[in-house]
Amino acid sequence: MPLIHRKKPPTSSEEVVVPDEDSQKKPHESSKTHKKSNGGGKWSCVDSCCWFIGCVCVTWWFLLFLYNAMPASFPQYVTERITGPLPDPPGVKLKKEGLKATHPVVFIPGIVTGGLELWEGKQCADGLFRKRLWGGTFGEVYKRPLCWVEHMSLDNETGLDPEGIRVRAVSGLVAADYFAPGYFVWAVLIANLAHIGYEEKNMYMAAYDWRLSFQNTEVRDQTLSRMKSNIELMVSTNGGKKAVIVPHSMGVLYFLHFMKWVEEPAPMGGGGGPDWCAKYIKAVMNIGGPFLGVPKAVAGLFSAEAKDVAVARAIAPGFLDTDIFRLQTLQHIMRMTRTWDSTMSMLPKGGDTIWGGIDWSPEKGHTCTGKKQKNNETRGEAGENGRSKKKPVNYGRMISFGKEIAEAEPSEINNIDFRGAVKGQSIPNHTCRDVWTEYHDMGIAGIKAIAEYKVYTAGATIDLLNYVAPKMMARGGAHFSYGIADDLDDPKYKDPKYWSNPLETKLPNAPEMEIYSLYGVGIPTERAYVYKLNQSPDSCIPFQIFTSAHEEDEDSCLKAGVYNVDGDETVPVLSSGYMCAKAWRGKTRFNPSGIKTYVREYNHSPPANLLEGRGTQSGAHVDIMGNFALIEDIMRVAAGGNGSDIGHDHVYSGIYEWSERIDLKL
Amino acid sequence: MLPPPLLRFRKLSFSEDTVNPIAKQQTTTEKPKRRRSGRCSCMDSCCWAIGYLCTAWWLLLFLYHSVPVPAMLQAPESPGTRLSREGVKALHPVILVPGIVTGGLELWEGRPCSEGLFRKRLWGASFTEVLRRPLCWLEHLSLDSETGLDPPGIRVRAVPGLVDADYFAPCYFAWAVLIESLAKIGYEGKNIHMASYDWRLSFHNTEVRDHSLSRLKSKIELMYATNGYNRVVVVPHSMGAIYFLHFLKWVETPLSDGGGGGGPGWCAEHIKAVVNIGPAFLGVPKAVSNLLSAEGKDIAYARSLAPGLLDSELLKLQTLEHLMRMSHSWDSIVSLLPKGGEAIWGDLDSYTEEDHNCIYSKRKSSQLSINNLNRRNDSVRPESWVKEPAKYGRIIAFGKQASELPSSQLNTLNIKELSRGDGTSNETTSCGEFWSEYNEISRESIVKVAENTAYTATTVFDLLRFISPKMMKRAEAHFSHGIAEDLDDPKYGHYKYWSNPLETKLPDAPEMEMYCLYGVGIPTERSYIYKLATSSAKYKSSIPFRIDGSVDGDEVCLKGGTRFADGDESVPAISAGFMCAKGWRGKTRFNPSGMETFVREYKHKPPGSLLESRGTESGSHVDIMGNVGLIEDVLRIASGASGHEIGGDRVYSNLMKMSEKISIKL
Repeated sequence: MPLIHRKKPPTSSEEVVVPDEDSQKKPHESSKTHKKSNGGGKWSCVDSCCWFIGCVCVTWWFLLFLYNAMPASFPQYVTERITGPLPDPPGVKLKKEGLKATHPVVFIPGIVTGGLELWEGKQCADGLFRKRLWGGTFGEVYKRPLCWVEHMSLDNETGLDPEGIRVRAVSGLVAADYFAPGYFVWAVLIANLAHIGYEEKNMYMAAYDWRLSFQNTEVRDQTLSRMKSNIELMVSTNGGKKAVIVPHSMGVLYFLHFMKWVEEPAPMGGGGGPDWCAKYIKAVMNIGGPFLGVPKAVAGLFSAEAKDVAVARAIAPGFLDTDIFRLQTLQHIMRMTRTWDSTMSMLPKGGDTIWGGIDWSPEKGHTCTGKKQKNNETRGEAGENGRSKKKPVNYGRMISFGKEIAEAEPSEINNIDFRGAVKGQSIPNHTCRDVWTEYHDMGIAGIKAIAEYKVYTAGATIDLLNYVAPKMMARGGAHFSYGIADDLDDPKYKDPKYWSNPLETKLPNAPEMEIYSLYGVGIPTERAYVYKLNQSPDSCIPFQIFTSAHEEDEDSCLKAGVYNVDGDETVPVLSSGYMCAKAWRGKTRFNPSGIKTYVREYNHSPPANLLEGRGTQSGAHVDIMGNFALIEDIMRVAAGGNGSDIGHDHVYSGIYEWSERIDLKL
Repeated sequence: MLPPPLLRFRKLSFSEDTVNPIAKQQTTTEKPKRRRSGRCSCMDSCCWAIGYLCTAWWLLLFLYHSVPVPAMLQAPESPGTRLSREGVKALHPVILVPGIVTGGLELWEGRPCSEGLFRKRLWGASFTEVLRRPLCWLEHLSLDSETGLDPPGIRVRAVPGLVDADYFAPCYFAWAVLIESLAKIGYEGKNIHMASYDWRLSFHNTEVRDHSLSRLKSKIELMYATNGYNRVVVVPHSMGAIYFLHFLKWVETPLSDGGGGGGPGWCAEHIKAVVNIGPAFLGVPKAVSNLLSAEGKDIAYARSLAPGLLDSELLKLQTLEHLMRMSHSWDSIVSLLPKGGEAIWGDLDSYTEEDHNCIYSKRKSSQLSINNLNRRNDSVRPESWVKEPAKYGRIIAFGKQASELPSSQLNTLNIKELSRGDGTSNETTSCGEFWSEYNEISRESIVKVAENTAYTATTVFDLLRFISPKMMKRAEAHFSHGIAEDLDDPKYGHYKYWSNPLETKLPDAPEMEMYCLYGVGIPTERSYIYKLATSSAKYKSSIPFRIDGSVDGDEVCLKGGTRFADGDESVPAISAGFMCAKGWRGKTRFNPSGMETFVREYKHKPPGSLLESRGTESGSHVDIMGNVGLIEDVLRIASGASGHEIGGDRVYSNLMKMSEKISIKL
């Protein structure tokens, strides 16, 4: 009641208030009084507002009630009526075939998809103890954005926790089953595995803090030790059946690191002995693995504009689009992501040998015929039958300043070396000081030198980042390496920083193990960028993707400043397929024991209508986890099948052709 | 102003006859006209009122969220913060072992009626499914009545991780407060572990089905190794205490005998202390009433969730019966039956709590009760107290008389000789579909069983075996409730003895410490007065016994057919404290290596006001987990303090005296 009284003044008439009080007790009577007292007067604005809100609420409740009363199978029924009967989910289908849970399964989530929760925080994070900061609804991003950024950042000297803040990975299957409510990651796979008898005791989500460098997850959280102990436990409690490992995205690199770590002797490694992998691992089924890195990691670090890391941006689009906030937000995100060592694990590896030089690239001749989101149907065949009508794209030029440069003949490019350029002290903008990026140390001279170098190949981009962000790269350089080993027996490769690079480390000695590379194809994937200098005076990031570099031609690979190539929207085919298609195939120096490898590609086919949600035949980086064919493959292997049972290789893209072009000693 | 479609819809449906077509097109100005119609305005004012309420609600909610919490309402400093300032740091890894009921259970495979509940909690959280599909829920939570394992086609599993039992229901904490305090001194996921297990199963079956014991062993070994070889501190609660007792014996038993194969010395090497909270070492009398008539309070959580359902006379009996059927399929309840028989719990004429006076009574006057308790401790005895003392030894008595008569006047009935008869013919068949063994007993035998008889902790087993032979047979293969004559007898190698502290030895670990922490000062169920359920035309129940709620004693010990003793509302002090106070103290046959034991009691003090919710000085069974004194003790032990450093024993109850009275060979 008091509240209603408080609302009275704006309505300014006493008559209105009296019925107000009654109406809540006896709505019917009050309406009569109301009528009398108002006597043909006007309903006040507040009244009509309330009336309207009431209507909306009632309707809402009614709908909610209907929704809750609706049987759970109703949406499926509607879908089936519209699109015809749905195929059985693989779990149901394979259960009918008599498949049973056999090998324990270990999931290794990738970057970004794992939840993080707070264990200790600053004052501003009161009440968030053991609440998710990352994953879930991201409610805190809106409520206290600066606090959130502060807690999600790591210490930028050590790459570990800042003082007084402890943010840790959520553990268990809940860590990455859903990234946000309704947005599945592993949930579909888990549900299908449960159909053939899997449950908590033979499934394990190896959640780790994906912001840290791989070796630091062991130093800080003993994550690798836990994983080792859990695999050992599951193998011994499941009758000695070896484990099937299913890493996704960055988890692939993480597991590569693990396999090396676990066999190394104790202080640096896990002390499992030289046959640990052979004893405990049946198969590694890499989903969308960025073995050789992803080009978008470069863009992410260079100008915070890659899509993957920008999930955080997508969460608050309105925030980013308003001009005032935009630049600040980007910088905050950049500052945050730069403290995460893990982003550096995905920089392109193997340099020019793998990714191509100024005048060549392995994907030479790839055309993007009809590769538009809109004409999905043609997309599948594009890789094979699209014949070049025009000048091929120079994918080797990972970053070029200006569109002309990206297309110019190699001889026309005149590089001025930026490496020696003196970093000036003249700072373009002082307000950026408070946000930590290293650009302000560079000065105008440095920025100019970078832009004048014009073209950067994969090898040169590493130098570029070393120049642009020396501190960050120094920190990352202690944990990751991007080269190709000349001699794998060199004792220097005992250093953990080489363990996650497949080109600088050997696979374990486990001839019975199998390695699969499962990934989607048929989606344009970022491969090279056209950049420009950012002229905006109040920007702290001096470079920007040149989004107006665009070709009118539908068939062009160049879209909004980005050259696309075949892949799963995040990882180009070259990165996810090359190791299994060539470098590890048979007995090579990277695979001394001749572990069998298989490449399984899944052609992207987008959901036919909205009711299908994210589709059951998607090939996109994360959505592929709901791809029925992929789930079926994994389940068959988990139930005891091997690579030849599920049908060996299955390739749509030009991965073999491209692999041949790469000249690497094997 | 108002969205026309909605408005028009309402008008069409409720006031077609009165509103002219023009009015439909107009908005606010026309409202008075519209309200002239009685029916219409009723609808309108309803909406209007709801709108007001909603707005007010939102406003309050907004205020609640935006206004800072005033200092006076702020929670008192948590013990974690205080100890952290004192320099107490995380040292020993902590293992939490939840008790019965508090752990969450989730669905992994179910019948069609449970569609959409995959990996949703059936037990714990909001229990919405109980209301939505009660029968389906019961079916899924019941176990197979023959094997005590999963029924075919249903898999319900414990929720893993800290979320298993941090909150039982939203806002009803179990372990959350303790976890938060531990986090304040530096604990996090890597050094706290919740040993979740399916609390419905017998302890041995948790290993058979889920490998829970193996997991716990592996986890302890891992945490010991990754935390600088500091031994772990185990914190079991309620039934978790006997579960962990089972584990202690299991882990050192060789693999060939069905153990964990840790070898002798495993406990000494890995465990620093076992800090039992409210341990039910010697069982709880309420388990008896629960099995007899589903009327115990603890299991009655489920009942209290749906009070309306239970109170309606029509559904009442059915519901109770369903619950009974469900709980009879859970082996774990049998583990809580009183152990040690008459030697511990008293025979027909003697009883351990002889000195106990129940001057304290209802919880309403609990402030008073504290004072009285104090007085009692000071041995100030008001005259009025000395009355005929309660005969606690008679755990079940039929009729008040039987509970008070001298033993010579009681019917002596050799229950083992009584034939169960086949009474199914004259009982209602409506109950036949439910598994409850009562309908197999003839009415005559039931009357005979109940005629002027009383049962002690020993003979009550005969009663239970008589009325539900199948259940007891199944469960007694997993649990034993006697006292060992000779602990070296090879039969004690069987797992069914491992959870009974009176039939098993503590491990050989002289450095280990045993703590018994529990609340006192709350009336706790100790014995019951039963009656036969009235057999009339209305008689539909197949549960022939009821607690005689009409029996109220002159002395407050007797209330609603139940006699109370000192304890923590669930576990009588004698059950929680005896082992630490006497059975294990010094070098006894139950504790051959002479590990130190400590008894710490926490006097119950109800929350001062509603704002304190469940209080920080509570002594009741579950709320004690938020008791500041207890948390501080646990924290100190976890950070390395020994029992003597935290103050050794602290006893408020008559425990020591009562223990003296119990004469068992030590």
